[in-house]
Amino acid sequence: MSYIALSDDDKREMLARVGVRTPADLFHCIPEGVRLRRLLNLPPAMAEPELDRHMSGIAAKNTYGDYLSFLGAGVYDHFIPSIVDSLSSRTEFVTPYTPYQPEVAQGTLQAIFEYQTLICQLTGLDVSNASLYDGAHAAAEAVLMIHRLTGRNRILVARSLHPQYRETIRTYTRNVGLVIEEVGYGTCGGLKSAELREKMGDDVAGILVQSPNFFGVVEDLKACAETAHARKGLLAAVAAEALSLGLLEAPGKMGADIVCGEAQSFGLPPAFGGPFLGFMACAKAHLRQLPGRVAGQTKDVDGKRGFVLTLSTREQHIRREKATSNICSNQAWCALRATMFLETLGREGLREMALQNVHKAKYAATVLSKIPGVKLRFSGPFFNEFVLDLPKDAAAAAAALKAKGILGGLPLGGFEPDAAKALLVAVTEVRTKASIDRLAAALEEVLR
Amino acid sequence: MIREPLIFELSAKGKRAYAMPALDVPEAKGALDGLAVRDGIEGFPEASEVEIVRHFTRLSQQNYCVDEGFYPLGSCTMKYNPKINEKIAALPGFAGVHPYAPADTVQGCLEVLKRTEDYLCEITGFEAFTLQPSAGAQGELTGIMLIRAALAKRGNPRKVVLIPDSAHGTNPSSAHLSGYAVQEIKSNPDGGIDLEELARCMNEDVAALMVTNPNTLGVFESNIRRAAEIVHAKGGFLYMDGANMNALTGIARPGDMGADVLHVNLHKTFSTPHGGGGPGSGPVGVVKEMVPFLPTPYVVRTANGYGLDDDRPDSIGRVRGFYGNFLVVVKALTYILALGPEGVREIAEIAVLNANYIRKSLEGIYNLPYDAPSLHEVVFDDKIQKDAYGVTNLDIAKRLIDYGFHPPTMSFPLIVHGALMIEPTETESKRDLDGFIETMKTIAEEAKADAGLLKAAPHHSFVRRLDETAAARNPVLKWEKPKSE
Repeated sequence: MSYIALSDDDKREMLARVGVRTPADLFHCIPEGVRLRRLLNLPPAMAEPELDRHMSGIAAKNTYGDYLSFLGAGVYDHFIPSIVDSLSSRTEFVTPYTPYQPEVAQGTLQAIFEYQTLICQLTGLDVSNASLYDGAHAAAEAVLMIHRLTGRNRILVARSLHPQYRETIRTYTRNVGLVIEEVGYGTCGGLKSAELREKMGDDVAGILVQSPNFFGVVEDLKACAETAHARKGLLAAVAAEALSLGLLEAPGKMGADIVCGEAQSFGLPPAFGGPFLGFMACAKAHLRQLPGRVAGQTKDVDGKRGFVLTLSTREQHIRREKATSNICSNQAWCALRATMFLETLGREGLREMALQNVHKAKYAATVLSKIPGVKLRFSGPFFNEFVLDLPKDAAAAAAALKAKGILGGLPLGGFEPDAAKALLVAVTEVRTKASIDRLAAALEEVLR
Repeated sequence: MIREPLIFELSAKGKRAYAMPALDVPEAKGALDGLAVRDGIEGFPEASEVEIVRHFTRLSQQNYCVDEGFYPLGSCTMKYNPKINEKIAALPGFAGVHPYAPADTVQGCLEVLKRTEDYLCEITGFEAFTLQPSAGAQGELTGIMLIRAALAKRGNPRKVVLIPDSAHGTNPSSAHLSGYAVQEIKSNPDGGIDLEELARCMNEDVAALMVTNPNTLGVFESNIRRAAEIVHAKGGFLYMDGANMNALTGIARPGDMGADVLHVNLHKTFSTPHGGGGPGSGPVGVVKEMVPFLPTPYVVRTANGYGLDDDRPDSIGRVRGFYGNFLVVVKALTYILALGPEGVREIAEIAVLNANYIRKSLEGIYNLPYDAPSLHEVVFDDKIQKDAYGVTNLDIAKRLIDYGFHPPTMSFPLIVHGALMIEPTETESKRDLDGFIETMKTIAEEAKADAGLLKAAPHHSFVRRLDETAAARNPVLKWEKPKSE
């Protein structure tokens, strides 16, 4: 298939005007030594019906869809209202570039402005950027931001922060002289507050804590904020399950200076890990250190309201190596979907969806922990995800469940040293009572 | 024209666009015990389904997009995005897959990643690719970190990265974030790499030279091999920014030019739509020496198909969650398979033909600050119009909007004052190219006859020129409930 729009006559005419005989003549400026003198070794071109068959065939090799899944761990299966797919796939949203020319991009810019407003309302903070790549990236940017804001080099990161976020933070901070120290979790699954207080010194820029954390446990953000602020440090609260913000107190209201994380739950499918949606909001005082694009409201020459990308003196195309971040392209279309999702669910719908998550997860935890030998690993409160301690190796149990058509959760053996028997189970509103009961029956059987 | 209000201004208490099914599990007493629950979300919108549908439909109509017309935004490669790519990426077999699913249940996804890597290696001439970086800038960051890791392995990570003054801003920013000082090197009179300057700057403290090729003037760096030798002779690496790969596909390969690391933008060269600002994807290709440092996990072929290798002790680690913007990769693979080897070469051939056709047609009417032969894009400036009539590149750009075209990239590269960077891509028809050319000529005439008309443009857009200074001075970054309510 070719997507070229020139006829042979067009090409002839155009080559003549340019003054060359063949397209190959256009490349004389490339030295012979680096010219490719053969065709690329790629599969032959496919017509659309073949291509459709071929790619659908690859998709069909994924058998994941055949399983009943309780996987979560930062990626959640939530219902996506039809209007999100329908509206977000409008070509006027899909095929423009970044809105550098605001007069012809008011649709995208107003949507970003609405997105920023929604994120501020959810997080309880003053300003939001237009998006970051994903939750892991947002966490890394948050660490760099609190370092810039305080001028301090030590950062405390909760051990219960998503392991991929911790890895990404390590990668992003390794070469810029920051010291990342982990703070452990207790039997409740939450941060050890004594350890946190002890490590929080005057040389610490701040604390990064996830809530609900990687184990599903909701943290005491208020206490974390007090600990950070007592030493003039900052608290960055991370939400890897953004839906929790629909029900739980806004982290900004509990003292978090920065709230960031992963908003995949807002209208984005699991998509084998991406594209997702990193979000970040902060207090107004910290605006100048916020990474990424920001849309703002202004007026045109007739006094009419309009929107533009603004505060670009923070950004790489103006500030170059002194920019707050190197980010350029972000996840705009994902943010658009989140905006549509949140506006569709609305004030009541979002809360109800969040509440159903709590109730279904609670029900699942109750039923599952009644199985002999199975208990909840942590005592702390949770949102839609929890860790079970099984009487045997969790990976083996998961494999046995898989043989019964169930992906029962994520075995944590590879993540935590003493967690070979631990299984992280997510239960969202799309899992029915019948499917939860099926998991319980199957688990009981495989543990017997 | 009536402006669409903000959703918050449409909102009315009690309206719904969504209903939850009844809860099918018993509501446990004390389910919320221990949780700090919020009262409600202050200001959160409440609207009906039809209002939301009209809201976004109307907003969409205020956007200009590739499917509407010519979008010659230089360095952004705004080519047509085939519809089949969207259809394939939306298949539940791809979109519905959880990234923590066991490897044997996601063989199709891993095949997509591995085969895309194979094809990118063949197109660019590298040993291996990581598909993890989310966009070009993250690709650059990853690439420079790979260089740092390789140098550290040799014993000294070094201190400086050399970057030409014509580079994208992400280059210095990414180098800085990798712990390097940035040293700018002046371009030669042709806008290319100045070999003498490079030789002068290159020493044992320099980790890498970052080069965009073709450069941001759309000109091939004909000294690239020589530049690579100068850098390599002192033990440094050559990083190539592949943002302009659209000029080279099937014609020449960065790996054959002496580059050690390259990022490509799937949302440019490989036709995945830009979505109003992303998601993109910035895969990074490397030579053999650097393979051990690639981010984890790395997709590998196994006895039973494909697997994920996490055990790579020299790896720089991950740069984000999971495996990258996977669905973007699916679209790029679909595109490569649609085109085949001839089609991939045709990208560059026709992209370069179209750019040169525009150049030839507008030369003399607009000033060409650099005379070197153009590849996929041509950079004019506003010198003729500005000197004679005070009309700037901004005025020309805004006037294009009135005629139904997206403006070119303005004021970039920084080495061209008043730049108009035009990249037509390969997918434009002659009719649309001619329409643009005629319009640019008309605007040049208008500049003569009525400069004020251009200064006040655009006249026919939803909003007219916006006060960007006021937006930055008094930032209004979210809707606030009016005080009177």
